[in-house]
Amino acid sequence: MNTPNLVIPPPREITTRPRRSDQIFRGVVTVGGMASLVILGLIALFLSVKGIHILREERFDFISGSKWEVITDDSGSIAESSFGIGAMLVGTLLCAIIAIAIGVPIAVLSALYLTFYAKGAVKNFLVSLVDLMAAFPSLLYGFWAFFIFMSSAEYWAKLLNKYFGFIPFFEVPAPIFERSPFIAGLVLAIMIIPIVTSISREIFDQTPLDRIQAAYALGASKLAMIRAVVIPFGRGGVIGGAMLGLGRAMGETVAVYTVLNVVYQINWQVLFGAGGNVASLILLKFGEAGPYEVDALMAAGLILFLLTLFVNAVADVLINRFGSKGR
Amino acid sequence: MQTQVAPSSLASVAGNRQARVPGSELLGTGLETRGVHAWFGTKHVLSDVSLDFAAGTVTALIGPSGCGKSTFLRTLNRMHEFIPTAAMAGQVLLDGKDIYAPGTDVTKIRLNVGMVFQKPNPFPSMTIGQNVLSGLKLAQIKRSDTDELLETCLERAGLWSEVKDRLNEHGGALSGGQQQRLCIARSLAVSPQVLLMDEPCSALDPGSTFRIEQTISELAKTMTIVIVTHNMQQAARVSDYTAFFLSDGGPGAMIEAAPTSKIFSSPVDKRTEDYVTGRFG
Amino acid sequence: MLIFAAILISFIVIKLTGLDGKLGFLSTLFIVSTLLIFIQQWRLRDKAAAKDSLLSSFALLGMIMTVIPIVSIVYTVVIKGYKGIHFGMFINDMSLNSVNDPIKDGGLLHALVGTIIMVGGALVISFPIGVLTALYLTEIRGKLSRPIKFLVQAMSGVPSIVAGLFILSSLVYPVTKSLSGMMGSFALSILMIPTIARTSEEMLRLIPQELREAGVALGGTQWRTVAGVILPAARSGLVTAIILGMARIIGETAPLLLVSGGGDSLNFNPTSGAMGSLPYYIWKSFLTGGTEEAFARAWGGLLVLLAFIFILFGLARFISGRKGN
Repeated sequence: MNTPNLVIPPPREITTRPRRSDQIFRGVVTVGGMASLVILGLIALFLSVKGIHILREERFDFISGSKWEVITDDSGSIAESSFGIGAMLVGTLLCAIIAIAIGVPIAVLSALYLTFYAKGAVKNFLVSLVDLMAAFPSLLYGFWAFFIFMSSAEYWAKLLNKYFGFIPFFEVPAPIFERSPFIAGLVLAIMIIPIVTSISREIFDQTPLDRIQAAYALGASKLAMIRAVVIPFGRGGVIGGAMLGLGRAMGETVAVYTVLNVVYQINWQVLFGAGGNVASLILLKFGEAGPYEVDALMAAGLILFLLTLFVNAVADVLINRFGSKGR
Repeated sequence: MQTQVAPSSLASVAGNRQARVPGSELLGTGLETRGVHAWFGTKHVLSDVSLDFAAGTVTALIGPSGCGKSTFLRTLNRMHEFIPTAAMAGQVLLDGKDIYAPGTDVTKIRLNVGMVFQKPNPFPSMTIGQNVLSGLKLAQIKRSDTDELLETCLERAGLWSEVKDRLNEHGGALSGGQQQRLCIARSLAVSPQVLLMDEPCSALDPGSTFRIEQTISELAKTMTIVIVTHNMQQAARVSDYTAFFLSDGGPGAMIEAAPTSKIFSSPVDKRTEDYVTGRFG
Repeated sequence: MLIFAAILISFIVIKLTGLDGKLGFLSTLFIVSTLLIFIQQWRLRDKAAAKDSLLSSFALLGMIMTVIPIVSIVYTVVIKGYKGIHFGMFINDMSLNSVNDPIKDGGLLHALVGTIIMVGGALVISFPIGVLTALYLTEIRGKLSRPIKFLVQAMSGVPSIVAGLFILSSLVYPVTKSLSGMMGSFALSILMIPTIARTSEEMLRLIPQELREAGVALGGTQWRTVAGVILPAARSGLVTAIILGMARIIGETAPLLLVSGGGDSLNFNPTSGAMGSLPYYIWKSFLTGGTEEAFARAWGGLLVLLAFIFILFGLARFISGRKGN
């Protein structure tokens, strides 16, 4: 319909000169929008400034070492010090991995339940309940776990030890089952289940309806449909949600401090009542720490911050690649 | 209905833009376009539209979905660029001045060229009265006679008698047709010279459509109106001129523009004839 | 029918084996009923249906295991907490009492006041920043939208103790050299900003694009359109964002232990002096007491905290529900 010799002109540059008020508005909003960048940057900066000399001194030992001691001479000045968060890093990972291993399957199952089985008012109620649970403070989880949950968890720990004690992980050097990394991991699992459940539910909800209907039209049962359609679609997003839960579990302070018997040693035996994590170490040592030790705690905080940042970055990539935009 | 004298240029534009004498016979405030192209990203959606809208006339833009008529409408008050990645070429002249010229105040353009959208969209946080006067607040126009203005605008939009006792209710309480007339009243409050309407009746029932068409005829006495419509009967009922748009899979283009009676009785182009007689689209 | 059979069999299993307690019974019941349903489905229909029944059983199990802790938590706090509630606790502080004193002495007025001041302060800091971030993502939609979205997400993952350390290292040690309620507000706002930013963003995205177009088409500048149309239209959504942000931080403990000083007496001045808070009150009662009275005090405090969370959550539901209608 165009004349054949019509030359299509290049697009014009659309120049808008926003009014002064709009320039100010866009400037203010952009500056405000950068707040998260600035704050995260400042966190890294200030923790580094305080902690860098400790990291310089200890070098790699800060990560791998498992001694945390400050020896002062008679005048109160520091004679010798040694800081290493190795044991606490092991404890952090141990508790977080237990939390993921137990929490994620339960969360995925309940997300499946909420998406494909629950209906109407029951569904709404359960969704609200899970959201509410995600808003519970860790203090509440910690004390509930210490007073109520510990005894049943101890019972399971003993069962595990009795039947699987031949596996090194489930051995105990002494029959102390209270306040073990296993129990702390269970509590963390309970804390991350609501988070992972709601992320998984949101992702399952986005499964394209036509694919679900196509699977049903081929005579698939619910199980077959979920295996063929929902799981492939949601896998990446669910893994991302699990990473988010992992980040939460690694940074948890109060609940772990309450439940776990924080002992400064590397302990792989998850059922034994000794362990720790970086965050609870900071809380434990902070009260009595002198300025020099505080700097070491800042360095520990920096490591924890970078670790959670990394885990969150991975989670974000996974959720965005497989999640909201479909595939 | 056809009270205005047709600018001779309009009929001659169709299919032969070289023959056009630029903007010579326009009366009062008219709107002209010269070789308008539009893109979304790299997709060329509208090609080379040159069309004049004489002051005080109603022009209908018709054509099947995806022919670029709504995009064209949105280039007329620079709402086009509101969509990210949107680009355009060519000129749109309001009072002979290119509204895309560097340094133009877009806000002023949109004050002069108002717009009514496909879906009624009264502001949910405002009452009926506040909705009508919202343009003054948004554009920071100071007026002392707001009560009279409120009544005039609602009167012209054909809504005054229905809402005069409930000006403090929320706009959402009105029916769809009333909401659309409220949106028209809202556009009138800032006294635009041109009113663009993007399928204003497509979400409404026949009764409300009829009321809106009455309103359009009333408004046409004092302003220039461009209306995009899917409904050919509507185009025949309300417009003085009609332009037919079509896309052959590539960018949409204007096939033919002429006085409405001519488009519907003796169109020049075969494709226009096919469309207005209902053979496709 | 099936469920009665399952209960009966579980009962017998419990009696015969050494499994004890409610927990043993429930797990046995689950295994037995799952098996029974599995067999029934296989006999009545086919293998696929039987496998299908397994999934539904396990999905239900997952849901139940998710819900059990919350039920247990709420039940425990209410049962243990109400003994620690008395009228006097809302008009007294702990300046003259120790946590081990009889429960009728002292109270948590100072903690309530401290929490309200610190959460309020955090809100004053977080709300503008959070909303501006949301506006950047929904209205400006600049090149940095994607990274900013990530950073907001990353910020919500910052461990609360790190927020405390950050305020210590950036403000307390170099500037104020003393702990105060304001420092608590700063630490809390780091945890609150991402919640407010994300919720506001979701709420602003619900505002139809047509309203923005209508505002601009009426000759409004972007600023006028946002201030006059978009934000008023999103008002209830923004209130929801505030409430959810408050619910997020009201029970935060770790950063307050580091920076707020944790006072026992009433202090209305956020800029100087130790400031108490509900979480600190609970924490102290649990850890330094050891007597029945101290525990009762702590559970009472937890009940008050839980009540706050329930009220905030209910409010958020109510507001967003009302908007939906």
